[in-house]
Amino acid sequence: MSLYNALFARLKANNEGAFIPFLTLGDPDLETSFEHLCLMVENGADALELGMPFSDPVADGPTIQAATLRALGAGTTPTKALALIRRLKDKYPQLPVGLLTYANLVFAAGIDQFYQDAKAAGVDSVLVADVPIKESAPFVAAAKAAGVAPVMIAPPNASEATLKAVAELSEGYVYLVSRAGVTGTETAAGKPLGHIIDTLKRFESAPVVLGFGIGEPSQVRAALAAGCDGAISGSATVKAAERSPQALARFVEGMKAASR
Amino acid sequence: MSRFSPYFGEFGGTYVPEILVPALDQLTEAFESALDDPEFHQELGKLLKHYAGRPTPLFEATHLSPNPLVRIFLKREDLVHGGAHKTNQVLAQGLLTQRMGKKEIIAETGAGQHGVATAMVAAMLGLKARIYMGAKDCERQQPNVYRMKLMGAEVIPVHSGSGTLKDAVNEALRDWAANYDSAHYLLGTAAGPHPFPHLVREFQRIIGKEAKAQMLEAIGRLPDAAIACVGGGSNAIGLFADFIEEKDVELVGVEPGGEGLDTGKHGAPIHLARTGILHGMKSYLMQDSDGQVEESHSISAGLDYPAVGPQHAYLAQTGRAQYVAVTDDEAIEAFKTLCRAEGIIPAIESSHALAYALKRAAEATKEEVLLVNLSGRGDKDLNTIMTLEGLQ
Repeated sequence: MSLYNALFARLKANNEGAFIPFLTLGDPDLETSFEHLCLMVENGADALELGMPFSDPVADGPTIQAATLRALGAGTTPTKALALIRRLKDKYPQLPVGLLTYANLVFAAGIDQFYQDAKAAGVDSVLVADVPIKESAPFVAAAKAAGVAPVMIAPPNASEATLKAVAELSEGYVYLVSRAGVTGTETAAGKPLGHIIDTLKRFESAPVVLGFGIGEPSQVRAALAAGCDGAISGSATVKAAERSPQALARFVEGMKAASR
Repeated sequence: MSRFSPYFGEFGGTYVPEILVPALDQLTEAFESALDDPEFHQELGKLLKHYAGRPTPLFEATHLSPNPLVRIFLKREDLVHGGAHKTNQVLAQGLLTQRMGKKEIIAETGAGQHGVATAMVAAMLGLKARIYMGAKDCERQQPNVYRMKLMGAEVIPVHSGSGTLKDAVNEALRDWAANYDSAHYLLGTAAGPHPFPHLVREFQRIIGKEAKAQMLEAIGRLPDAAIACVGGGSNAIGLFADFIEEKDVELVGVEPGGEGLDTGKHGAPIHLARTGILHGMKSYLMQDSDGQVEESHSISAGLDYPAVGPQHAYLAQTGRAQYVAVTDDEAIEAFKTLCRAEGIIPAIESSHALAYALKRAAEATKEEVLLVNLSGRGDKDLNTIMTLEGLQ
């Protein structure tokens, strides 16, 4: 049983949703980043979504873009980012860890090699922000061959055919995007997307986790009430980490509390 | 079924966040239905003739050629309204914007020529335009920033990254992801996700089509080589498109060699031939061994881009076209040569193509006819030249 399956089964039995915070690996530097990751786990994060810094993160808004630049400035490479995940998984072997990356980092490493390296580092899932369904075949095949769950994005404007493909291809969970645009809390999440969640469930998708613009406990509650299995918070988590370790701990604790 | 494959060999594709896929599908549909619509062609043809000033002349630069054996012909895209070939396809995309029922245009620009063309067409068609431009490019191309504003466009300087075209493209893509319902992303070059490489080529094809007929009229045969500069590659693909099947015509793309190919400070991704994925396409890309995109360098803002349109990557890989590089210094020298020889001030972009033609002509030992695409005029580059000369 994959760690995601185990997680969502346990949460369901407890009548809870998942709270999954996101941080960029190596922001502001590798050591501080490791401390932040541990802090999130200790304060209730059910799983982590971690960004591998890329020079041109077009799906991300200003907050995560800035985090990416800090991480790159501190010398974070894909190899070092994966080593950070390895350290984390050695400490928390049951924690599901998702990697968020961009197509060129996967392609530059060699698609098969990238997923094998991710697996060796303990990565449970990989989401490639700029690979839509129509380009996904080689990425999904390599992920499955390596034993890594490919996570696909369901955007609010998706057709039924796209949602069907997302449900068929996505493993671990489906990343439901709450609204048009890029990541960030500058624009709050849109209205709960009941019809998309229903369609995904009808096609027997993996658990649905809502992201983009999630920064308040009330939004976690609203996501779960709308039928999502969890929520991801990126930019708000990055901002909390920018403030202080204590702020990050309190933020994760508060968001997790809202998922119960 | 779409008439164009998203791929040119291994290059091309649609590498964008899933949320942009419906917008690209809508554009593909609008583009292909327009190609089949005589009314669209009639309207576009009218604008190309009466607004843009086509056909542009083909001029034999008799004083320019350093070798009596070699005749050099210039396709005068610098005479298109707006001062560069950019206007050709922007008119078409403006009409497509209307066809899709959208009222806003998002664009990005390097040298500002595409921005100016977009602002012009938006004003003429009554569309709102938001134009992203690297902060560094805003500095080196101030007259164009002012032109865009005069015509009612909003110019948004981009400070992230290197503050050049690559970063402006990132911001334009972000804007589009948020506003695809109301806005068309009017991409300026034959690059980016499908269908842009096809779309821009089809609407720039007119350059080569006219030049071909004009060459036949002028000398009764086709040129030995068709030469154009390549940043993203729209003027080059426009010139090449109708010559690709003419196997006797050599196709030569000229990349910006910057301070030299061995210095690392250049914008010549085809020369490096390293495939990568950026801005929606798989193509040749300047990047480090991890896949982080590197900053390009060129004295010409219009060529300062670390990737290239996918069809050029394919033409290079298959050997149908050859790609060479010309340094900043060589381009500036050619710029000055054309000014003095013929009284034409070319864009620094086009001066790269000229520099190659001059070098080739000087070395020629047999009769040869060279067709050079003079993609734009140089007024916008006077600041750059004056700074180089210490005049400001």
